[in-house]
Amino acid sequence: MTRVFYEHVTKRFGDVVAVNDLTLEIPDKEFLVLVGPSGCGKSTAIRLLAGLETLTEGDVYIGDRLVNHVPTKDRDIAMVFQSYALYPHMSVVDNMAFGLRMHGTPRDEIRRRVREAAQILGIEDLLKRKPRQLSGGQRQRVALGRAIVREPAVFLFDEPLSNLDAKLRVQTRAELSKLHERLETTFIYVTHDQVEAMTMATRIAVLKDGLLQQVGTPEHLYFRPGNVFVAGFIGSPAMNFFDATVRGEPESFQLDTGPFQLPIPREKAAGLLMYRGKKVVLGVRPESIHDSDFPRSGVIPVQVQAAVDVLELMGNEVLLHLVSDGVSFLARVDQRTKAKPGRKIQVLFDLDEMHAFDADTQQAIPLDKPF
Amino acid sequence: MTLSPTRIAIYTLLFAFAALYLLPIYVLVVTGMKSFTEVGLDRMWNFPSGLRFDSFQEAFDSLSKNMGNSFRMVIPATIASCFVGSINGYILTKWKFPGSDIFFFFLLFGMFIPYQSILIPLVQTLQHIHLYGSLWGLVLTHIIYGIPITTLIFRNYYAGVPTELVEAAKIDGASIIGIYTRILFPLSLPGFVVVAIWQFTSIWNDFLFASTVTSNPNTQPVTVALNNLAGSYIVQWNVQMAGALIAALPTLLIYVFLGRFFMRGLTAGALRG
Repeated sequence: MTRVFYEHVTKRFGDVVAVNDLTLEIPDKEFLVLVGPSGCGKSTAIRLLAGLETLTEGDVYIGDRLVNHVPTKDRDIAMVFQSYALYPHMSVVDNMAFGLRMHGTPRDEIRRRVREAAQILGIEDLLKRKPRQLSGGQRQRVALGRAIVREPAVFLFDEPLSNLDAKLRVQTRAELSKLHERLETTFIYVTHDQVEAMTMATRIAVLKDGLLQQVGTPEHLYFRPGNVFVAGFIGSPAMNFFDATVRGEPESFQLDTGPFQLPIPREKAAGLLMYRGKKVVLGVRPESIHDSDFPRSGVIPVQVQAAVDVLELMGNEVLLHLVSDGVSFLARVDQRTKAKPGRKIQVLFDLDEMHAFDADTQQAIPLDKPF
Repeated sequence: MTLSPTRIAIYTLLFAFAALYLLPIYVLVVTGMKSFTEVGLDRMWNFPSGLRFDSFQEAFDSLSKNMGNSFRMVIPATIASCFVGSINGYILTKWKFPGSDIFFFFLLFGMFIPYQSILIPLVQTLQHIHLYGSLWGLVLTHIIYGIPITTLIFRNYYAGVPTELVEAAKIDGASIIGIYTRILFPLSLPGFVVVAIWQFTSIWNDFLFASTVTSNPNTQPVTVALNNLAGSYIVQWNVQMAGALIAALPTLLIYVFLGRFFMRGLTAGALRG
């Protein structure tokens, strides 16, 4: 049973707290993605697990073993780096075999594992080449191969797709997901790209400034973000936020954003009772705002008028940058829209999918039954 | 390439300085080929009457043993100080320990200590360990005195090697020594080229340590022997000049044939691609 457990882990670099009291349990075979903006502590977190950094406080367990003082090579982990870190003077075979040789694996076993990994990754033809003779995508596979042959308890990935071009990235995402299923081993994956997180993770852990913001499945984080940061980080394009005041009587609560007022659906009113007359942060995803010419069925919409600032053609849809009395927001609308920059347009807010957050604590205000 | 006035001016200036720089060599060669009677300050610039190599032969006979001493001293000293610098640079860049920056500062400090100021402690130390007067004592001196510069060069070179390479090797299970021998050393050729050429030249040309540490003419390197070639009353300038040229030959040849590798090594990164 190889679970990974961070228990109140803190890492300080001088005055800077890179990882702040992180407690996180990662069950066996999970694909956990650590995601967050630059400097949030995600890379430091996996480096602490790898033993490339020492803990300031707390304990780290791999399996049931406390590994705080266990040297890196004895932690039974393998890591894929952003820059691949292939040994430039060695061939692909030697790169892949190096770790096994260092651990004293018998030669036949090394040969078998290298052949198998090369087969899985489709790099059998490249075995004799040196890294400088390989393309970026090929090098990345060799880096993966080097990790796979170790048959570790945990795989660590530090932004491995960042150096690939967009198309290759999409392709490799799917391959990594398949690899995870095939190998049935814990993957701990670090990225700043929330798309990678959403597409590959069994669970996502969002970090900001060294603090864990929320942990949950992709669906959980998308539909029930726990605070403004997670709400704005997960989902692309990002959620729109409006400063609004709760006005009126509970039977007919309104959210007053300034330029426009939105009646709150009755099911959601209960959650906002305590905020009557107070400020909240209203969150509405661009995909919940529709062109009134192309309403979505089953949705009880609220009409809002706004001027179109910029139009972005995505092919399958159009991204509208809208402004209403100084308040700007984004809408993802049907590609048949007749909207034009400079013109006014009617949009429909689907408030069934609205989010509200406490203006001071930034925490989510529960409006629905738990997900 | 157009010959603009500016270009002509620049080239003239360059040729003038080159000529100025090469004048001593000219005098060396020309004087070496003269007979003793031809030599004179007033006839310094004149060509020799004929191409005669007697002086060279005579100089070589006097100096050959000392040339051998120089080689036997410089080669081990160069090889050893290369490795010392390499390992120091490796530890300082890839295994930073608390205080490593201060340690490096003090290491570098050694570079700025004038040779002259440590001569007496040097002699005393060598006498204490029974290496005074021997070539091995000189070898040891040069290895130690070379630590600052060799460490500096290798430290700068290894700083260009991505730390992720070392981390990957750590995860793969290599030890601190294993990482050096299997990963960093194979990538170190440009660093070794620079340090080896620099050290060979510096150690070969050294006079002060050589004359301080070795007193017996049989053990002395060629730099000291050359000095001793000059007689007390009269100096056989033709032989002296010939001797100087012979003594300078190894470093001169290294520059001519390996100079480009020195330049390349200075600018080379550890990795391509």
